[in-house]
This record gives sequence, structure tokens and C-alpha cells, in this order.
Amino acid sequence: MPEITVREALRQAMDEEMARDDRVFLMGEEVAEYNGAYKVSQGLWEKYGDRRVIDTPITEYGFTGVGVGAAMAGLRPIIEWMTYNFSAMAYDQVLNNAAKTLHMSGGQINVPIVFRGPNGPAEFLSSQHSQALQSIYAHIPGLKVVSFSTAYDGKGLLKTAIRDDNPVMFLECELMYGWKDEVPEEEYLIPFGKADIKRAGKDVTLISYSKPVRMVLQAAEKLAEEGIDAEVLDLRSIRPLDEESIYKSVRKTNRCVVIDESWPFASVGSHVAWLVSTNCFDDLDAQVEFISSEDVPMPYNHTLELAVQPSVEKIVKAAKKVLYV
Amino acid sequence: MFTKYHPTKGEMLQILSPEGKIINTKFQPEISTEKVLQAYKLMVYTRTVDLKTVSYQRQGRMYTYAPNFGQEASMIGTGFHMNQEDWLVPSYREMGAFFHRGVTPTDIWLYWGGHEDGAKFPKATNTLPISVPIASQIIHAAGIGYGLKLQKQKGIVYTYFGDGGTSEGDFHAGLNFASVWKAPVIFICQNNQYAISLRQEKQMASSNIAIKSLAYGMPGIQVDGNDFFACYSATQKAAQHIEEGKGPVLIEALTYRRGAHTTADDPSRYRSKEEEKIWEEKDPILRLKRYLVAQKLWSEEDDTKLTQQYEEEVEAEFLEYEKYPPYELNDVFQYLYNTMPDDLVKQKQEYEKYLAWKESRS
Repeated sequence: MPEITVREALRQAMDEEMARDDRVFLMGEEVAEYNGAYKVSQGLWEKYGDRRVIDTPITEYGFTGVGVGAAMAGLRPIIEWMTYNFSAMAYDQVLNNAAKTLHMSGGQINVPIVFRGPNGPAEFLSSQHSQALQSIYAHIPGLKVVSFSTAYDGKGLLKTAIRDDNPVMFLECELMYGWKDEVPEEEYLIPFGKADIKRAGKDVTLISYSKPVRMVLQAAEKLAEEGIDAEVLDLRSIRPLDEESIYKSVRKTNRCVVIDESWPFASVGSHVAWLVSTNCFDDLDAQVEFISSEDVPMPYNHTLELAVQPSVEKIVKAAKKVLYV
Repeated sequence: MFTKYHPTKGEMLQILSPEGKIINTKFQPEISTEKVLQAYKLMVYTRTVDLKTVSYQRQGRMYTYAPNFGQEASMIGTGFHMNQEDWLVPSYREMGAFFHRGVTPTDIWLYWGGHEDGAKFPKATNTLPISVPIASQIIHAAGIGYGLKLQKQKGIVYTYFGDGGTSEGDFHAGLNFASVWKAPVIFICQNNQYAISLRQEKQMASSNIAIKSLAYGMPGIQVDGNDFFACYSATQKAAQHIEEGKGPVLIEALTYRRGAHTTADDPSRYRSKEEEKIWEEKDPILRLKRYLVAQKLWSEEDDTKLTQQYEEEVEAEFLEYEKYPPYELNDVFQYLYNTMPDDLVKQKQEYEKYLAWKESRS
């Protein structure tokens, strides 16, 4: 099976879906002639031309709203935000339009649209360009929110997102674009609402999603050196959330640590920790531990930048805490 | 027309004077007498529904409602030009344009009465629901127009907004995107001169709204929004411009909202009786009626008869509307996603359990 980068896997997903369905098109800042700020759309403009790979003026709420309108007219837009940080400029179009149109039209008007781009902390980008915004979108009924931690998952989930009839927030990570793993040549899709066990174990459940999953796996290896067998559950889909897989794992290990790189207050991580505490109350042998980024804007200084985010060390420490070792 | 009434000249297109006389034959629209009568009747019908709805709201039989009183020519003069394949992308003060599409008063009441079925419009195609956030629909119009263009489909998008909406960034984005991509969109600003209570001169320093079109390289024209013929004529020209592949047009229809912004608003706090009186004299229905009567196409008796007929029809329809089955809890959850996700199913079941528990205690 060929090993390819996350960037290439996402490009393949868009390419395959564009070849499959003429209604799919990509729109965003510099996605066409420049091949995208992070080169995810490399070669697509050359292949599909101006009609389907469209460079837009720098107006996030503009091309986001244009996408919503085009979706109403029967197309299936993929909107690339250069980063999710810029999605703040388009927030009203997502919150009050994309997410609500089906509901407010009494089920008549679908908005099949994918909003994708890098989300979450990267490096050397400071406060305004390095933040995890998924909890804001996961809060909104009417949206689906999806993340991934491998090229394989990214491709399969993006294809599903493009075929979905609802608005989907598709979360990528700048630092992951160069990561590589095996992706089969034949077509596959990954359904939403299915978490994935990235490492099976029996002593403690480590729940995470998106970029931190790799760090969680490293922590699991460290724990293994000390004889602790951790299970790593990658949520993948945040909304809909695969609650059953979460409970099944926690009921097996009786201990749980949730790791989320967003801010702690009212976050995806705090929600999952609450769900586990409520639904696995009788199965837990320790309180649920929750590791998030510190509740501060991202510092520019690199040492501090790393210090405020989850780390292997923090995860190991939390796992040991719930195991009382 | 777009050269003669170039917005930098500050001259507004007017064809029918407030006295009901044709004062500009050069730009008279191509429209049959029969159609003009049809449009007139629609204007009267719209006003009947509008005034009665305000009264139902005052009687506590309707939630908040945004009246259309006084803007009949501006919305119907422009909207009457829409064909089946065209799209209506509305704001919330275009009831006449809605009726032209086949939307019924019941649909409108359901919407303002808090029933989700009020956004369904079973008889109208390509008609988006009423949009309450200011100006966000302008960008959708650009998107739909661009979507039609990409799919090589026929149709023009008619989108509406008020003078207040032009201050939102969405106005800029919508016009910029549509013009740079030559999307088939007619941007119709019903300038009723107040953003709720804020007068136009406090909203913008430009001499008119049509002039803003220049920055987007598209034609713009200010028309007398209380003159059916001026509105229709400019719309006809705009549609021609689009059909020739030249891209979008901005029409500013200068009008006056004779009613309140919504039933929660009291206009006497921000405008004078004298001003209201001036605009009463410029009333769009009165004006078209004067013309039709002078042309011997219509009479006061016809008018009295028609108004009475509409009053009765609307009253009967409203009584039927009041029997409409109440909104079901199920519908709250039903239309959120194409297929209901498991967590939502669970939430709904929990709520039903709660209701059953409540029921058992009463």
C-alpha cells in the first residue's frame, strides 16, 4: 500500500469526488492558480479549470455566503478557508445560514457544503493564527464536525463529507499536512459517527481526536514501558459523536483521560468528559481526567507555545493519576 | 436608460407622476394593459393582507410582523417581472413579490406565526424563505446566480434588501462577487429611507444608493419606488442587460414605509406627521389607480368592489389559518439534518419521556 502525505490524501479525495460529480467545486483564497496556501489543491485547477476551482477575493463571509447560495442552487461546494482562524470572519454565514437553512425551510432546502482548512495550534503563529475553534462549531445544531489524525482517515472522511447533504466542518491541521501513512489505491469511504481504536489496551482509555492523537499514541508507548496498557480512541467525528464506542472502551478499562488541544471551557473535551462521567458513573474506578490547552491565547515564544498545549508528559501524568500510580 | 439616469447625475427615473400622469414616454416599459391591471390588483391584494395582518397582530392573533404598507410598487413593480425559472431571494418586506411567486397569505402567516411550515411555500418554486438577518441573503443571491451560471441554467436572481442593509459588509461582498463573476443577479434596494429609526443621511454620506454600483463596475439606477412603471421598466432593462451576458445590476427604488418597521416599533417616535402626510400623497396604489381611472381601465366602483372582495377572502383564509394544526415537537428535531443523528434521536426520546412524566403528574 503506498504511503502518502495527508496533503496528498486530501487532494486525492477532492479530485476523486470532483471527477465523480460535476456539481462539486472548490472555492477559496488562492486555491486555483497558486494551488492553495498549503498546496492541498495542487494541480486541481490545471485539471478542472476556472469553472470548478475558483480563486476568490479576500472576503471570507463573501465566498462562504456565495458557497451557501450555490449549495441552495444545487451545487456541492467545498469552501477552503486558508485557515479556520479566518472562519471567524464568516461566522454569521455558518451559524445563521448554513446551519439553519434546512431547519428554517421546513426540510426543503439542503445546504450540502464542506468548509475545510487547517484548524488548531500550529507553530510560530501567535494568538490570532494558532487556535483550535472546533468547540465553537460543535456547539451549533445543524452542523456536522469532523476531524482526523491520519492520511487514511482524512481521505475517507473528506469523501464522505463531500457526499453529505448537510453542512460539514472539516478540520485539518497545518502541522499534519506533511505526515505520511498508508492509503490504499482503491476507493473507500469512512462513515461519520464512528470512532476508531488507534491502539487497543485494557488499563486506561485515552480519548482524543485530530492532531493530538499522535501525541497520545506516543504517551501510550511511554506508559507501556512502565507496564501500563492504554487504549487510544480517536473520535474522528465530533458531531455526530460515537458515544457507544466511548462507553464501550471506558467500561472495559474503567479509567478515562480526555485530551483536547482546544481551550477547556465548554469544549469538545469537557463535553466528552461529562458524558463519560454521567454515563459510565458506575464503571469508573477514578474520576475522569481532562487535558486541554491552557486557557490563554497562544504565546508567540516557542517554549511558551509548547508549554500551554497538551504534551506527552502531561498525558502520562494524567493516566497515572487515574491509575493511582 | 442606465446612461440617461446615471446615478452621478442625481436624477431619479419617474414615469408616472403622483397625480397619475405619464410624464416620461421614452422609458415606458413594454407591458400589456392586462398585465398592468393584474399588477394593480396584486398591489391592492398585498395591501389588504398587510393591513389585516397588522390588525390580527394587534388583536393578539399573530406574533410580530413586518408591515409592507406603502412599498407595494417598489416590491411588485420589480418582482412582477420574475418568470418561473427566476429566483426570489428575499429579505422580509417583499410580500407582493412573494404573492407573485405563488406564496399564499397562509404561508406568510405561518411564518410570522412561528410555524416552520411557513417557510415551505409548496406552490412557489425557486423561492427562498423570508430572511431576517440583515443583508446575509445578498451573498446567497450572488452564490445562486453563480451556481446557475456554472450549471448553464436559465434564470435571474432577484434579491431584495433595504437601505439599512447596504451598510452591512454583506452588501459589498454580494455585489463584488456577483460583478466580478458576472452572475445573473438583480440587486433591488427598497430604500424606504429608514433603518428602523435611523434616517438615510445618518446611514451614509453618498448622495444615493444606486451610485454605489459604480465601485462594482455594474449599472445602477435610482427609480421612483412608488411608481409601478418606473420600477417595472428599470427591472425590464436590468433583465435585458443580464440576458446579454453583461452581469448584475443594482436598482434603488426610493419609497417610504408608511407602516412601522415591525409591529414592535412605533414610528411616531422618529418621524413627523407632516412627513407621513407628504408620502401619503405619493402613495403607489393611489397613483396607479389615478392613472387607470383616467385611462378608463378602472373605476372607483371597481375599486370598492375589489377591496371588499379581497377583505372577505383574506378574512376567510385567516379563519382557516387559525385552525392550522399546531407545530409539533417532532418538527423541532425533524429538519435539523437530512437524516436524524443518533444523539438527536436520543434527545428527542428523552424529551418525550419528560413530557410523558409531566403528563402523568397533571
